[in-house]
Amino acid sequence: MADAKQMTLEEREATLGGIGSARKRKEDIRFIQGKGNYVDDVMLPGTVYGDFVRSPHAHARIKSIDTEAAKAVPGVIAVLTAADLKPLGLHWMPTLAGDSQAVLAEEKVHFQNQEVAFVIGADRYAVSDGIQAVEVDYEDLPVLVDPRKALDDDAPVLREDVQDKGNVGQGERRHPNHIFTWETGDKDATDSAFAGAAITVREDITYQRVHPCPLEPSGCVASMDKIKGELTLYGTFQAPHVIRTVVSLISGLPEHKIRVIAPDVGGGFGGKVGAYPGYVCATVGSIVLGRPVKWVESRIDNLSTTAFARDYHMTGELAADADGRIQGLRCYVLADHGAFNAHAQPTKWPAGFFNIVTGSYDIPAAHVAVDGVFTNKAPGGVAYRCSFRVTEAAYLIERLIDVLAQKAGVDKAEIRRRNFIKAEQFPYTSCLGWEYDSGDYHTALDKVLAAVDYQGLRREQEEKRARGELMGIGLCTFTEIVGAGPTRNCDILGIGMFDSCEIRVHPTGSAIARLGTKSQGQGHETTYAQVIATELGIPSEDITVEEGDTDTAPYGLGTYGSRSTPVAAAAAAFAARKIKAKAKKIAAHMLEVAEDDLEWEIDGFKVKGLPEKTAGMKEIAFAAYQSLPEGLEPGLEAVNYYDPPNFTYPFGAYVCVVDIDRFTGEVTVRRFYALDDCGTRINPMVIEGQVHGGLAEAFGIAMGQELAFDEMGNIQGASFMDYFLPTAVETPVWETDHTVTPSPHHPIGAKGVGESPNVGGVPAFSNAVIDAFAHLDVTHMPMPHTAWRVWKQCEALGIGK
Amino acid sequence: MSKTAVTMTVNGQPVEELVEPRLLLIHFLREKLGLTGPHVGCETSHCGACTVDINGRSVKSCTMFAVQAEGAGITTVEGMAEADGTLSAIQEGFMQEHGLQCGYCTPGMIMRAHRLLQENPNPSDEEIRWGLSGNLCRCTGYQNIVKAVRYAADKLNAPKEAAE
Repeated sequence: MADAKQMTLEEREATLGGIGSARKRKEDIRFIQGKGNYVDDVMLPGTVYGDFVRSPHAHARIKSIDTEAAKAVPGVIAVLTAADLKPLGLHWMPTLAGDSQAVLAEEKVHFQNQEVAFVIGADRYAVSDGIQAVEVDYEDLPVLVDPRKALDDDAPVLREDVQDKGNVGQGERRHPNHIFTWETGDKDATDSAFAGAAITVREDITYQRVHPCPLEPSGCVASMDKIKGELTLYGTFQAPHVIRTVVSLISGLPEHKIRVIAPDVGGGFGGKVGAYPGYVCATVGSIVLGRPVKWVESRIDNLSTTAFARDYHMTGELAADADGRIQGLRCYVLADHGAFNAHAQPTKWPAGFFNIVTGSYDIPAAHVAVDGVFTNKAPGGVAYRCSFRVTEAAYLIERLIDVLAQKAGVDKAEIRRRNFIKAEQFPYTSCLGWEYDSGDYHTALDKVLAAVDYQGLRREQEEKRARGELMGIGLCTFTEIVGAGPTRNCDILGIGMFDSCEIRVHPTGSAIARLGTKSQGQGHETTYAQVIATELGIPSEDITVEEGDTDTAPYGLGTYGSRSTPVAAAAAAFAARKIKAKAKKIAAHMLEVAEDDLEWEIDGFKVKGLPEKTAGMKEIAFAAYQSLPEGLEPGLEAVNYYDPPNFTYPFGAYVCVVDIDRFTGEVTVRRFYALDDCGTRINPMVIEGQVHGGLAEAFGIAMGQELAFDEMGNIQGASFMDYFLPTAVETPVWETDHTVTPSPHHPIGAKGVGESPNVGGVPAFSNAVIDAFAHLDVTHMPMPHTAWRVWKQCEALGIGK
Repeated sequence: MSKTAVTMTVNGQPVEELVEPRLLLIHFLREKLGLTGPHVGCETSHCGACTVDINGRSVKSCTMFAVQAEGAGITTVEGMAEADGTLSAIQEGFMQEHGLQCGYCTPGMIMRAHRLLQENPNPSDEEIRWGLSGNLCRCTGYQNIVKAVRYAADKLNAPKEAAE
């Protein structure tokens, strides 16, 4: 404290590098020198490699599998098929959604590239030779690609294994290809709102099947120590503790004998939440062989088999009065879940938080129904910066309100203003049951419109339209629901979706914090330390943050759905506050005063009215290990398991301006302005980075990404030749802005931001493209808005030549 | 499969190994030499995570055999900092401008940006974007990567400008 006493308050605050500081990232120093440690970098002595024989067919019966020739290939050590896993009960595995998924196909394959056999060999090349030598005899079956035909009377039955089951985990079924129906809202009230409405609009809106496609594919290294009976599983896990529990439940190994380690993870975007057949096969391989087995998927495997996103086929309707004030919302969704119901989200929510679909608007009545169906495609469905179907919901309402504006003849900004939930209405309970914690939508929109000179843009658009040119202005004023979640309504496999933080302060005043989440690029090592720094008065530079090792970190539910800041950062704040409470007792003892005589100041306690009598956290830390008041146990550490009282509701206002060449269909993004309100801002630099990245992903989705299939179920977009990942050349320049409306229930008022730019970005791009055609009575165009599709629209309107 | 001897210089160190002729250079670097900075992201030379510098050119090491690098001089991201640990201007730029998040594309980006600045020491933002268009990033939206390269260009050009 000697130094601190000579510093000004501002200097002491700056030394902390706490909440609000744009400190540089702790992670970077290893990544920029090639010293990251990703799963494929884990090279344990004696490691062997495994990979899959995959089905070329989307739907076929397996007549026979011959592995003899493969076993004779030099370097091949073992070949596993369903027949080998069956005695262990591991040829199927439970999904997070209450269904089962084939680990290795037993009698049938249900999608192209499904896992059929697992070849283990001395190196990747021998494995590849072995895969070529496995002979599988298939008998083709009729393929179901279009979800709209899934419930037809004559549709082929896909899942014979559950054909007669009335329930596969998420509700009653009415057809062999039906998974669940989920319904919410007040149907009668909604029907009467529509019956009396001056204006109604209806639109079929599909959010196409896409893939999160992190640059690092999924993978694992399973290492069974047969002497100790202990399994160590390294993997690309966004939720390592959940994986440990799942592995224990599936394998029968006691949970304390399993150590799951998620090392550095090269992007996740939801694709690394679930459990995949590769994890099971590598684990079985290691148990059988007693050697580490590494499995890392290829890019084609990644795009075609693990964790697709969206595939929501929606019909949305709005009813409004003559001024465009919304009276009711109705929507029906057909959800294509692929061959197994294996989406990774809170178990009780078969359509996630899709009922945030009323968005930022004060809508008195709504009714939503969702049918989930099986098709011959890979399983998954919840990924890609989506906050559990919030992306689909935001896309639907943000599209529909534009359609309503066009029909009502009201400006697209003005119609939003008319329908916004007002600042004084918070906390606001939506008609579909969510309690929005805080918001100020009018301020956010007005700030953005002024920044881009919205009126000027509309004038320019009028002039261009008069000349036959196409220019579009897309607005999006979204509200998210993140921070899953309160354990009363959110669990995964019965485990509540709390999160956790344990902090230990060392004698010399530095500290280590361990959390139940897992960064995949979000910068947790940097930002959690900032929260603890401000709460505890220890400089963030002196705080190590660790995640991802289940032997050391407290149990948590992981990082996805923008939950790290709303849940785990809250746990960090409360753990710090527990330590601070003990530190206060120690400080009172050190200064020989009562606790009530002390007040906190940045990095320590001082005696009220005697500013020279102070005890800094550094001194208190040392005292905690040596001179304690009577009755107080030594040490200075705490753990907090935080069960959030509510979700948080980040929001934003985005404007996108595009120019379209009507002769080629090419869309040029001229300007993208994004205002985000994520409550208290922990690190502005990291927030801006998250927004840039989410917008770039949104750009990819809106303008080019699609996992398409032909009628045989062949996937059309499973490599970077065919699947659009924007490069630096296509990607627009981003302008960012913010307002700050803290969450009233979060200890530091923070809400989370990672997913907002994807949730809000996609409708902004799509609305801009469609707005360019609004004067020609176009109300919707399906994504992705590729040049070819846009040009087809121009052709249809007779303006393409 | 019979093996072939290869010799090359990697990050200034002479290297001699016996390899299968079909061994890809990326696997040679990562698994034989333990240089795990370069990453595999696609195996089809689209993503650029495996980019290294070979004889003064940017090369995607996932689509080149180790035997094709016979006699070559190779630099990976591990060879970018000075011997005393001082970071190169481009590494510093990525850190200062928040040009990375998950870090998976970063070694390839740094190697490509390094070569780009040799080819064009004072690129415009548009030239930087084109120059890096063979390297994909899923996290950053590229804007801060462009700034990182700009930072390095300015830093490398500063002594020259001062001398003029």
